This record gives sequence, C-alpha cells and structure tokens, in this order.
Amino acid sequence: METTAMDLRTFKTPKADIHLIEGGSGPDLLFLHGAGGITKEDPFLAALAEKYHVYAPLLPGYGDSEESTEIRTMLDFTLHAHDTLMALGLDKPIVVGHSMGGMIAAELAAIAPNDIDKLCLIASAGLWLDDHPIPDVFATMPYELPELLFHDPEAGGAMMTAGADFSDPEFLTAFLIQNARQLGMAGKILFPVPDRGLSERLYRVKAKTVLVWGESDKLIGMPYGEAFNQAIAGSELVKVPEAGHMIIIEQTAAVLAAIAKLG
Amino acid sequence: MKFTWFNLMPWPHLPADFREKNKSVWVDIDSKLYDPVKGHDVYNDYLDMLEYADSLGYDGLGINEHHQNAYGMMPSPNIMAAAISRRALNAAVVVLGNSLGLYNPPTRVAEEFAMLDVITGGRLVAGFPVGSSMDINYCYGDIPALSRERYQEAHDLIKRAWADPEPFAWNGRYTKLRYVNTWPKPIQNPPPIHVPGGGSVETYDFCLDNTYSYSYLSFSGYIRAKALLQGYWDRLTERNEPDESPYRAGFAQTICVAATDAEAEKLYKDHVSYFFNRCLHVAPGFADAPGYRTIKTIKSGALSQFTPDLGEAAHMPWKQLIDEGYVIAGSPATVREKMEDLIKGLRVGNIFCLIHVGDMPIEKTRYSTKLFAEEVMPHLRNMWPEYEDDNRFWIDPIDKRATPGPISERKTAGEA
Repeated sequence: METTAMDLRTFKTPKADIHLIEGGSGPDLLFLHGAGGITKEDPFLAALAEKYHVYAPLLPGYGDSEESTEIRTMLDFTLHAHDTLMALGLDKPIVVGHSMGGMIAAELAAIAPNDIDKLCLIASAGLWLDDHPIPDVFATMPYELPELLFHDPEAGGAMMTAGADFSDPEFLTAFLIQNARQLGMAGKILFPVPDRGLSERLYRVKAKTVLVWGESDKLIGMPYGEAFNQAIAGSELVKVPEAGHMIIIEQTAAVLAAIAKLG
Repeated sequence: MKFTWFNLMPWPHLPADFREKNKSVWVDIDSKLYDPVKGHDVYNDYLDMLEYADSLGYDGLGINEHHQNAYGMMPSPNIMAAAISRRALNAAVVVLGNSLGLYNPPTRVAEEFAMLDVITGGRLVAGFPVGSSMDINYCYGDIPALSRERYQEAHDLIKRAWADPEPFAWNGRYTKLRYVNTWPKPIQNPPPIHVPGGGSVETYDFCLDNTYSYSYLSFSGYIRAKALLQGYWDRLTERNEPDESPYRAGFAQTICVAATDAEAEKLYKDHVSYFFNRCLHVAPGFADAPGYRTIKTIKSGALSQFTPDLGEAAHMPWKQLIDEGYVIAGSPATVREKMEDLIKGLRVGNIFCLIHVGDMPIEKTRYSTKLFAEEVMPHLRNMWPEYEDDNRFWIDPIDKRATPGPISERKTAGEA
C-alpha cells in the first residue's frame, strides 16, 4: 500500500521552537502524541494523512527538539497547545490526542471550549481512579514496556526494539538522553500521579467527543474510558477488541473509523 | 585531615534470601520486614556508636537522609542530630544532609539547622544535597525535571533566611512567603556547607561558585571513584580557581580494621556481604527517574551510582572487594597504607568513614572504630600540611560550650 509521505518542519511559538510533522490532505486534524513520542515514519500518521491534513507537533524535548524549561505546569502545557494551534492558523481542526496527548487535548477543549468542536481522546491520561491505579511508567524498565503497552506484547516489543542495540555505548547514551528529554518533559504533567485536576474541568468541554479505548489496555484501562465518557456531556466511547494502549498501532483502522464519527 | 564517623543506619534484620525474594530495598520495600520493637534497640545502638566515636576523637559524626529505605533509616536526619547533640560534645555534627527541595517551606531547613548549630555551640556541618532520585522523586513525589530548579530556589531562600537581619518577602516559583524571619539564627552564619554529589557537572560548578565542599558518597570505593573526582578537580583547574585545597572534597569509604588482615576477613566478611548483597539491592527502575539527571550530565557519561557496578558487588568474594577498593580492610598498617592511597589519589581532605557496615553488631563496630582512631587516624592527620589553616569547610565552635547539667533524680528508663 502506498502511504502519504510526511514532512518535518519547524515553527515558532512564544515559548519554544516546535518540530512539526505535517502531511496529507482533507480536513485539518491536530494530533497530540503520547509520552513515547512519534516520528514522521509513524504508520498511524500515514494512515491519518490518507483522509486528513495532519498536523502533529512534537512537544518540546521530543524527537530532536529542544526541551523547554519554561513549560512546567499543566496550564503551561495547555496554553502551549493553544499557542501552537494559533501559530499554525488552524480554525477548529479535529483535535486528536493519544495518552498524554489526550490529556493535553482534553485540557485544551476544557480551557478553550469555543475553539474546539471535534475531539477524539484515545486511551487518554488525565484522570486517576483509586480502584484502578495506573502502573508507574517512570519506574518501568524499557524491556518491561511491551507487556504494558500492547495487546500482543511480542509483536509490539519487536517493533519497539527494531534497530536498537543497547550493548553499543553510543546508542545507549543517545537513548538515555532522548529518554531523559522526552520522559523528563512528560513527567511534568504525569509524574508521580498523572492527574492535574482535569476531572474538575471536563464539564467545560463543548466539543463533540469520541473516546477510543483498547479492550486490553493494561496501562490506562477501560474504567478510564468509562470515566471520561461519564464526565464529558454527549460523548461516545468506542471499545476496540484486541488492542492495548498502543491501539493506534495495533488497530489503526478501528481508530480511524472512530475519528470518522466526528464527521 | 578531617575524619567523620558516618553511619547509614541499615536495618540489620533482612532475611538471607532478601535479594532473591524482594524487588527492592528502597521505595517499595516490604514494610512487614520492619519490627519497631527491634527498631528501638537498633536506633539506640546506632546512637551509642556515634557517641562512642565522639569519645575517640573523630572530627565529625555523620548522618544523612533517606526515605522508605532499609539501609538508611533516617528519614529525619535532624532528629538523629538532635539526639546525639547532648552526649557527643566535641565532634562536628555532620548532617549530609537535608534534601532542600523536600522541605515545605524550605525555611524549615534554615530553622532546624540553626537550632542544631545553637544547641551544639557551633558544631554543625550543613549538608545540602539535591537528594537521590529514589528519595526525592519516587518517595517524595518531586517532579524530576523540576527538582533542580526547586532545589536552587530553596537554597537561595535558606541562605538569605540566615543572612538577612530583616524580615523579607519571598516570591519564588515554588515557595511564596510574606514574612521570612528565621528565629533562631545559627552561631556559624552560615555553617560550613557540604554538598553530596554523584557526578553532576552542575554540582561541581555549584560547589565552586559557593565555596562548598563536594562530597562523593559512593559505595563502590576509592579506586572506582578516581575518574569522578578527577572530573571535579579538572573542572576546578578549567575555571582557574585560586586554590586546590583538598578540603574542597570529601569521600565516603567502607573501612574495617582488625589486628591482622586475616582477622579482618574473619570478623567482618559476613557484615560486608550483608551490605553489598542485601542492603544495596535497589530495583533498577528506581535508580534514575527520567529528567532527574540533566542532559549535560548524561552526556558526560555519569550513570546512576546504582547501575551497574553495585549489582556486580552483590556476590563478590572478599578478596575482590578488597582488591577493587570497595572495602579497605585489614590490620592498622594495611588500612593506613590504603588510606594514604585514597587520600592522595582522590585529593580529599574529608573522609566519611563507613565503619559500621551492614548488620555489624555494636561490639565489632567499637573494636574497628577504636583501632582506626588510635592506630590509623593519627598517622594520616597531617597529609595536607600546606592546607592546615584552611578552615573554610569545617566548624568553628564557640569556646565556652555548655555541658548537659545533672538530672537530680535520674531513673533508668521504664522505672517508676
């Protein structure tokens, strides 16, 4: 299958130089990535680009971009996302967020309800349920991640470690640096408990909202999908079989079908 | 040279299969392994040991701060410092230290350190660590990428709280106070400040900028520490600092002294093994929260002190622990010779002597402590004659210090 090639370019917001992955044609769609980051070769972005004009900005510190010491709090992250939207000149794009990106997207939709009218949250972070504690990804070794992230850990793990050679000191240092940059930045809103009060603000969301959850998500389980569904007026929860937290990779077509419900 | 008798205060009752059956000695350690009634004796023995070291002429008594940790049972080091202050009357009380960013508000550190300095008549050495990632991030929930900024702000606030004679307002990012007016103020203002570090480039500079002593509290011994401390001295040279006083640096070393080398092995081997095998069993996932180390530090190649060397030491035979410098052990002559290598090789003026090791009982600890004080320490005293007047990094107590008064009708604890 031929896929749409994505471009990488940079632009400025008041707080940072942003690396943007962009491509495809169709309605504008802003994609906010999860704590693991995203690359321009990502097959999910390519699939989105078949139907949408995709804008996937990297959070500062992700990929090769510089971390921002000025973005510290949830409000900083949310306003930064809004700055990004404005800098790109997007008018009411479809906003899609995965995991940590879902948390930021939900905050954005709550803080600027008149600017966001179509919202898709995929396996989103942002809530905390005492009866369903989310595993601590910050104390998880890389080799333990596939079990948490995938419905099929073996296939997922093979994909995650493709091309990685941890016995090479140079590779290891580069990996540690990227990890420190990326997860260090993510930790500002996810560590030690990934809840910065979103549940108190979700009543403000006015967007038509679709929630997409993998039935075998072991990181942010289905009770979280249910909790978002209860908190956001008129939302719809789409439950996808044979999908873990990395549902965007494991069941790409089902996620696209869910986004299509936004019209 | 300044010798500080340092006690980590490990829990001495971890089971023999602790390493095999448990994930980590730190952070999420099984709390059922703790017994508060046994803990009563453990704490009191440890306090006795510190006070005994004072009576033998050690320059300092060292304690530190760890949380949810079975090899370091001092979540509140200031309580331990206070506990020894009225019986240990001569040595410096070296609190290494308070993790500044964890105190809310950080003026608590300014207050408690001032109290200790006043109670002891100016014998406080104030330690200002950032704190380990296990302690500050995993146990106390401090956000890793913001830890250093919070630390820096706490540091500036504490220093000003000591120095400023007037009440002032503090509008920080992490702390906002309308009235900062620390009562009491320390006798030494400020007390000498030591900063425990683990190879962060930023910490080298921080110490040099402020004339603080840099302490490397490693458990892997003086041979492996060489590269790290060399990094510190290289940085000093690079910056054209006016002097390279060895008192700008300190090092922690496990030391066991006996009548002969063979007796040292016989007496201490099992306790050393307890420490390396059980006490240092830290889950790798807790070693280093992403964002805790700066990019600059990772690039410099400084990995966490808990990976991977200490895992290897868990099963090392005695001879290898000695040969590779993890432990300095043997007769007074042997220990003397190796300590000379350590002191010259690392260029350090402050030694933190880890003489109580693992589950070592009090009698053996006293034996080793006494031999070191009487047969090793005197020979090492004057290794840096050209810097003997450098008092920037050590205490300056007042001359007329109080001794605890008599209690008229003293009873043994528990008697009516």
